[in-house]
Amino acid sequence: MPTRVLVPSGVLGLGFDVAALERGIAARPDIICIDGGSTDSGPYYLGTGTSKYARDVCKAEWRHLMRARAQAGVPLVIGSCGTCGTNSAVDWMYDITTELAGELGQSLSVARLYADQPPSQIAEAFVAGRMTPLVPAPKIDDDSIRGFSNIVALAGAEAISVALASGADIVLAGRTTDTAVISALPIQNGDNAGGAWHGAKIAECGAFCSTNPGSGVILVEFDENGFTVEAMAEDAICTPHSVSAHMLYENVDPYILYEPGGHLDVTAATYSAQSNRRVRVEGSAWVPSDTYTVKLEAAHIAGYQTTMMAIIRDAHYVKNSLLWIERLTRFLHDKIADCTNLGINDYTLEFRLIGVNAALGRHENRQPTSDSMPVEVGVLLIITASDQTIATDLSKLINPFLLHFPLSEQEDLPTFAFPYSPAHSDRGALYEFALNHVLTLDQPMDAFSLKLSQIPEVRHG
Amino acid sequence: MANLGSLVTKIRSKNAGPFWITVDIFCGSDAVFEKVCHRMTPAVVASLTGLDAAAIRRFEMRDLLVLKLSFARHHVQGSRFDRDMHGAQIATLFAEWDIL
Repeated sequence: MPTRVLVPSGVLGLGFDVAALERGIAARPDIICIDGGSTDSGPYYLGTGTSKYARDVCKAEWRHLMRARAQAGVPLVIGSCGTCGTNSAVDWMYDITTELAGELGQSLSVARLYADQPPSQIAEAFVAGRMTPLVPAPKIDDDSIRGFSNIVALAGAEAISVALASGADIVLAGRTTDTAVISALPIQNGDNAGGAWHGAKIAECGAFCSTNPGSGVILVEFDENGFTVEAMAEDAICTPHSVSAHMLYENVDPYILYEPGGHLDVTAATYSAQSNRRVRVEGSAWVPSDTYTVKLEAAHIAGYQTTMMAIIRDAHYVKNSLLWIERLTRFLHDKIADCTNLGINDYTLEFRLIGVNAALGRHENRQPTSDSMPVEVGVLLIITASDQTIATDLSKLINPFLLHFPLSEQEDLPTFAFPYSPAHSDRGALYEFALNHVLTLDQPMDAFSLKLSQIPEVRHG
Repeated sequence: MANLGSLVTKIRSKNAGPFWITVDIFCGSDAVFEKVCHRMTPAVVASLTGLDAAAIRRFEMRDLLVLKLSFARHHVQGSRFDRDMHGAQIATLFAEWDIL
């Protein structure tokens, strides 16, 4: 039977067109699904178990969606709560939901789907040979795994279906694949599996598959042969090109998408315009795998950082900034060796010359010429050491030289511009992604757990 | 002399997860698509990215008139030596490449 899935936006926190949401609700969806996270914002959020987006912004958008859910009388599902999808981020979203339920006078049943993986259990799975590295995979062993800050597994459509089967009004899911929250109900309803995963991939970034990406709201209708997608904003149009081109977006392979339990193959998919707003897609294939695997994500602390910034305006130094930074770096390593008991492997000094090669480093192939010198060069120094005290102390050792280091011994001491005081900023822990592996499960729910709650909470006694 | 960016409709690069970057070159016409696929050889991509040609995945997507190139990051997204968290600026190297 056809299943209509309303996707309000690519992610909660990015905003959507409220009038388009209303049009989406008027189209009588069977479910409202939105993503809450991604690794794309970087490893810090998984490392700390926190959200990239402001709580007030998420709450304001979630208020619209909770009202829309009540109006439509259908489930509302969010995947990868709070950017990273850790248990802490699911509970953060639950707190927001509880507050809003009080403010809106709603009584709700809420399912929380947790995806955290205790490091000790993952270490055991590694030793037992139940983890498979993807390419490229960081080097790990069971000891390093035990030291990871947070590990999550990406839940598949089956886990979302279990949460929906609880009868919950709202499902707050930890880390899931971007597509699983959208594909779960169509698959459960027996719609075409290839179409379910393909449509979910097309819709997971909201209106990115249309001519007006910022409008957010997309409606996908799934059926036994494929799916039809339509943007809900009046000024957004889905065309065969805008829809098919979305398979390129943030995908290594534009034809194949791996998911728990199999992969999507869109090599034979056809895209055709229906009216001038809607696109029909058929011919996508779902290829089940022999084993059920879920992808793992982890972050660990790789050091502690302090940054410094100086700005060079003097044309002589602007012109010779690369040479200056090379000499300064050599000088500082010697100075650190003289004044501290740190070895060369105990810290790193990363100089980024803003205006010269800060974004691309050694891959930068444009050189400033005498005709096109930058007016000034920003010198960003990132100091990384094994603890914050060392990183901070190194910045204090470096401070006078970042301010006054001359290009040669024959010239007067320069004084560059420090933009603020103190000239150093402690950044705290540096988190790095630590896993690119899949975990084999016997059953799709083995790595996940479900917690059901009533809001307002029923008090006994 | 013409750089690739002036010839095609759009060039973008982006993370494809924390470990990969993917570059999409939207050519806009059959003629440009043919030319780009012919001239943007694996050796050219290797020289722009500093990677072995064999390590670069290449998709010539005639239906979309897109040449797509995917490669593993030199530094994992957000790690100590990474300079561009979202991998979007490397597209400029492709846009500025002189296709002749």
